[in-house]
Amino acid sequence: MLGRVVLSGRCGFWSRGPSAAARLRLPGHPGRSSSTEASLKQTPLHDFHRSQGGKMVEFAGWSMPVQYRDSHITSHLHTRHHCSIFDVSHMLQTKVYGKDRVKFMESLVVGDIAELKDNQGTLSLFTNTKGGIMDDLIVTKTDQGYLYVVSNAGCADKDSAHMQARLREFKAAGHDVDLEYLEESLIALQGPSMARVLQEGVGDDLSKLTFMTSVLTPVFGIPGCRVTRCGYTGEDGVEISVPRDSVVALTERLLANDEVKLAGLGSRDSLRLEAGLCLYGNDIDETTTPVEAALVWTIGKRRRQVRDFPGADIIIPQIKAKTQRKRVGLISNGPPIRQHTPILSPEGRVIGEVTSGCPSPCLKQNVAMGYVETSFSKAGTPVQVEVRKKMVPAVVSKMPFVPTNYYTGH
Amino acid sequence: MFSSFCPPVADVLLFLPSCCRCSPLSALLLLMLSSFCPPVAAPASLFCLCPPAASHPSLIFHCPAAALKYTDKHEWVRVEDGVGTVGISKFAQEALGDVVYCGLPDVGTKLSQSDEFGALESVKAASELYSPLTGEVTEVNNALSDNPGLVNKSCYKDGWLIKMTISVPEELDALMDEAAYERYIRSIED
Repeated sequence: MLGRVVLSGRCGFWSRGPSAAARLRLPGHPGRSSSTEASLKQTPLHDFHRSQGGKMVEFAGWSMPVQYRDSHITSHLHTRHHCSIFDVSHMLQTKVYGKDRVKFMESLVVGDIAELKDNQGTLSLFTNTKGGIMDDLIVTKTDQGYLYVVSNAGCADKDSAHMQARLREFKAAGHDVDLEYLEESLIALQGPSMARVLQEGVGDDLSKLTFMTSVLTPVFGIPGCRVTRCGYTGEDGVEISVPRDSVVALTERLLANDEVKLAGLGSRDSLRLEAGLCLYGNDIDETTTPVEAALVWTIGKRRRQVRDFPGADIIIPQIKAKTQRKRVGLISNGPPIRQHTPILSPEGRVIGEVTSGCPSPCLKQNVAMGYVETSFSKAGTPVQVEVRKKMVPAVVSKMPFVPTNYYTGH
Repeated sequence: MFSSFCPPVADVLLFLPSCCRCSPLSALLLLMLSSFCPPVAAPASLFCLCPPAASHPSLIFHCPAAALKYTDKHEWVRVEDGVGTVGISKFAQEALGDVVYCGLPDVGTKLSQSDEFGALESVKAASELYSPLTGEVTEVNNALSDNPGLVNKSCYKDGWLIKMTISVPEELDALMDEAAYERYIRSIED
């Protein structure tokens, strides 16, 4: 047997071509030499991951843990029933300062940023002039005089160049904006027992911190932390931005609670897929518009009228006119469906392609995302997928596949 | 991680009779060793008739009458009464992770050596299976459709994949024996 490990994570590293997947070093594949691993970027938790039995793989130029001592399925289910820590320090964290920061941000993304309440965040999209998606990101409008932005590790160079170019334009036009790329680490604590675990270390009442809101607070005595109630698993969870010198101590303190275990990129991917969340580079990229990607909800009401974001003249008409293809969920049994699997009509005509897929540890069925001709995009539509030259029936499905548990305060 | 190297004591007992010339004391020591995790490398003298024990833990716990031969793609084949039973090694099942689906051929499928005959799927990985020998599939392990995890739990016994006839017995000579396979794993594990 050969092993082809299809790795993913919240990163725009993967191109649409043959899966540039990082490989577990299985025999028969040269894998990476230790000298190459040494040249990968490392988060401050790198050695800690290894000490905890982390299996490190290359991801977007970083050495990251794909799993620890527990099996993938054990780790995935632990997150759904208890809570897990994910090191997401490889993602880019940016602060946007200045009087004109909202105008600046809106010149790059599709969302109504001005309408956000203080300390409220939203998922948004950088778009290009052709209407394609450059990255997905979370923008939070803090009450501290800056916007707090978290974007994908694999798009870090692209996004920072994009923001830097717009910054130059804005400054040249006399606007007041500045960017700061953060040195802080970022860990996600995700799962139903997160609030119970974290409350022990936070003075503010977490029952008041609802989904997509953010607060500055010491965490277990560590000053200078930002806690945002968001995540990439579908569960209630937070992302904690913490000074890099303290991230190991914070992780150890959280792990002292029996409820908490470390989890890696492997379960991060199966969790987000069950939750119906896109992976940049697989499910969305510069060739997919927000309408094709079924992400119309990210486009702000006001922005649809004013059409003042990149590619708006291509994207807005698509909302009414519909597009030729649409991103859908698929469910099947039998052999798992993976990226690049062809999708066919019941008559055998190719109508699309799978962009992400895996066996669902919760459902014990196969779940996938892909694009199909819009006439096949209604939930319940039967299709076929071609796996190892055999036709396997599948059904178009609503997402999330597994119900989400975002904390709305009710 | 170490617990996965300790098979249930029952597995060890299965193999003991084949070491029939081991002294009762050796057999007792072997049983005692098997109940401790992590396992320790046992002195070669415990395995009178068995292939020399290497330091890799998995070797200590099977000493079958029909020796396993291995391919460089981590399949094993065991020949008994002219029939080859095929599976994947402990090294392979560990690298693969929890198997959730086994794609296996139909009975009657004719295979040449190195032909792809199926695939094992875990959540993250898909691994093709390659025939260690030339022959015809006579049996497929149907228990795996409801219980694919057997490949992880019992890769040398209950997690067998297919049985096949052996058209070209000479092909077995070129496959690795246990010691050679252990060396092979060490050489790629660097």
